[in-house]
Amino acid sequence: MTRLAVIDHGAGNLVSIQRALEVVGGDPRIAENPADLVGADAIVLPGVGATGAAMARLEAQELVEPLRSWDGPLLGICVGMQLLFDRSDEDGGNCLGLVPGSVQAISGRPLPHMGWNDVWTSDDPIFDGVAPGSLFTFVHSYAAVPDDPAIVTATSDHGGRFVAAVRAQTYIGLQFHPERSGASGLRVLGNFVGEVRRAA
Amino acid sequence: MLRSRIIPCLDVANGRVVKGVQFVNLTDEGDPVELAARYTADGADEICFLDITASYENRGTLLDIVRRTAEHVFVPLTVGGGVRTVEDMRAVLRAGADKVTVNTASIDRPDLINECSTAFGAQCVVVAVDARRSNGSWEVYTHGGRKPTGIDAIAWIRDVTERGAGEILLTSMDRDGTKDGYDLPLLEAARAATSVPIVASGGAGSPADLIAALQPGRADAALAASIFHRSEYPIPVVKESLAEAGIPMRIVEVA
Repeated sequence: MTRLAVIDHGAGNLVSIQRALEVVGGDPRIAENPADLVGADAIVLPGVGATGAAMARLEAQELVEPLRSWDGPLLGICVGMQLLFDRSDEDGGNCLGLVPGSVQAISGRPLPHMGWNDVWTSDDPIFDGVAPGSLFTFVHSYAAVPDDPAIVTATSDHGGRFVAAVRAQTYIGLQFHPERSGASGLRVLGNFVGEVRRAA
Repeated sequence: MLRSRIIPCLDVANGRVVKGVQFVNLTDEGDPVELAARYTADGADEICFLDITASYENRGTLLDIVRRTAEHVFVPLTVGGGVRTVEDMRAVLRAGADKVTVNTASIDRPDLINECSTAFGAQCVVVAVDARRSNGSWEVYTHGGRKPTGIDAIAWIRDVTERGAGEILLTSMDRDGTKDGYDLPLLEAARAATSVPIVASGGAGSPADLIAALQPGRADAALAASIFHRSEYPIPVVKESLAEAGIPMRIVEVA
C-alpha cells in the first residue's frame, strides 16, 4: 500500500481527502508532527483557511523544516498548493518557498471563486484520463503566479486566466479540490497515488 | 466559466430528512445519507444539510450524519444548525463539512463571523439570512423564521460580508415552502450589497423558478428541497431545462 502522510492543520475537513485517497487505493495517515512523516511514500498538504494561519500552524507543529527538506512527492491542494510558493499577498507573509513565485488575488466576481469550473489540462500524467475542460470544484480568492510559466500544468478562468495546477520537481499543486470533484477528481488522485507507487 | 450551482437542501430533524411549510407541519422525507448519495449521483453540485432542530433545542449538529455522508459523497458539503462558537464550527468541519452556516448565533454575537473567518478562512463561513418582507424592505428573522430581529436584511448582508462571510444563504421566509418562486427583488438587492456568492433559497416550485433566480444580477446558486425530494423534478431534468435556458450548468451523465 502506498503510504501517504496527510498533514493535519487542525482547522478543517480531512475526512474527504482521507476517504478519497482510500477509494483510489492509497493508505492515508494523518500527520500532526515530524515523527508522523517517517515511513511515508508521499506527503499530502490539504488546503484550508488562509495562508498566514496555515503557515503559523505548520510552524507550531514544527513541520516547516521537514516539509522544506522533504525530497519525495508532495501534493499541495488549494491553500496547500499556494503554500509551496515563496510568498502570498493574502497575509503578506512568506510561504514554504519550495517553488519560485507568489500568490496573488484573482479578480473575478463573485469572490471567493466558489463552485465548478472548467480546467484546461495539459498532457501532464496527473491528468491522464481527464479530458481538457473537465469540471472541478474551486473555493479560493487567490491563485499562484509561478516565476516559471513552464511548470503550469492546468489553467482555469474567473475574471481572467489563473493557474489551476503546477508540477515542479517532486511538487504537484492543485488549486481545485480533487476530493470534492466527483469522478474527475478521484481520477486525478488515483493518478497521483499510482505515480507515488511506481516511484516508491 | 463558473457554473451556476444546484443545491438540494436536506432539512434534518432527529436524524431524518423532513420538510414543512414555513418550518411547521414537518413530514418525513427519508434517510439523509441515502438522499445525499442519490442526489450526488443525479448531478447535485453541492449538498446542504440544515439541522432545523438544533438552534432552538440547543442540540449539537448531527456530526455522525455529516461524517457518513462525507465518506460517500465527493461533492462539497455545507452543514448548518446550532453552530454558536468557533469550536462548534471546528467540530462540524472535522466531521467532514466543507462549509458551515451560521445564523441565529451570528445575530446574537456578530463577532462570531469574524472569529470563524479568521480561524478557518472565509470560504468555510456561510451566513444564513432568513428574510421576511416588511414595509418595502426585508427584515432578518432567527430561530427558524419565528423571531423578528428588527435588523434590515440588506444592511446585514453588507455587514457580514465585511466581517468575512464567504457566502450568503438567503432564504425568503415569505416564499419558503410555497412553491411561488424565489423572491427575485430580494436577490437583486442582495446582489447589489455583496460581492460574495449568493445562494437563493425559499420558493422553488419548478425549473422556471430556478432559471429566474440564476439570471445575472441575482444568485450564483439555487437551493431547493421539496421539488427534488418527491422527484417532482429530478435534478437531471432541472439541469437540462436550465442549460437550455442558457444558464451555465454542470451536466453529469447519470448511470
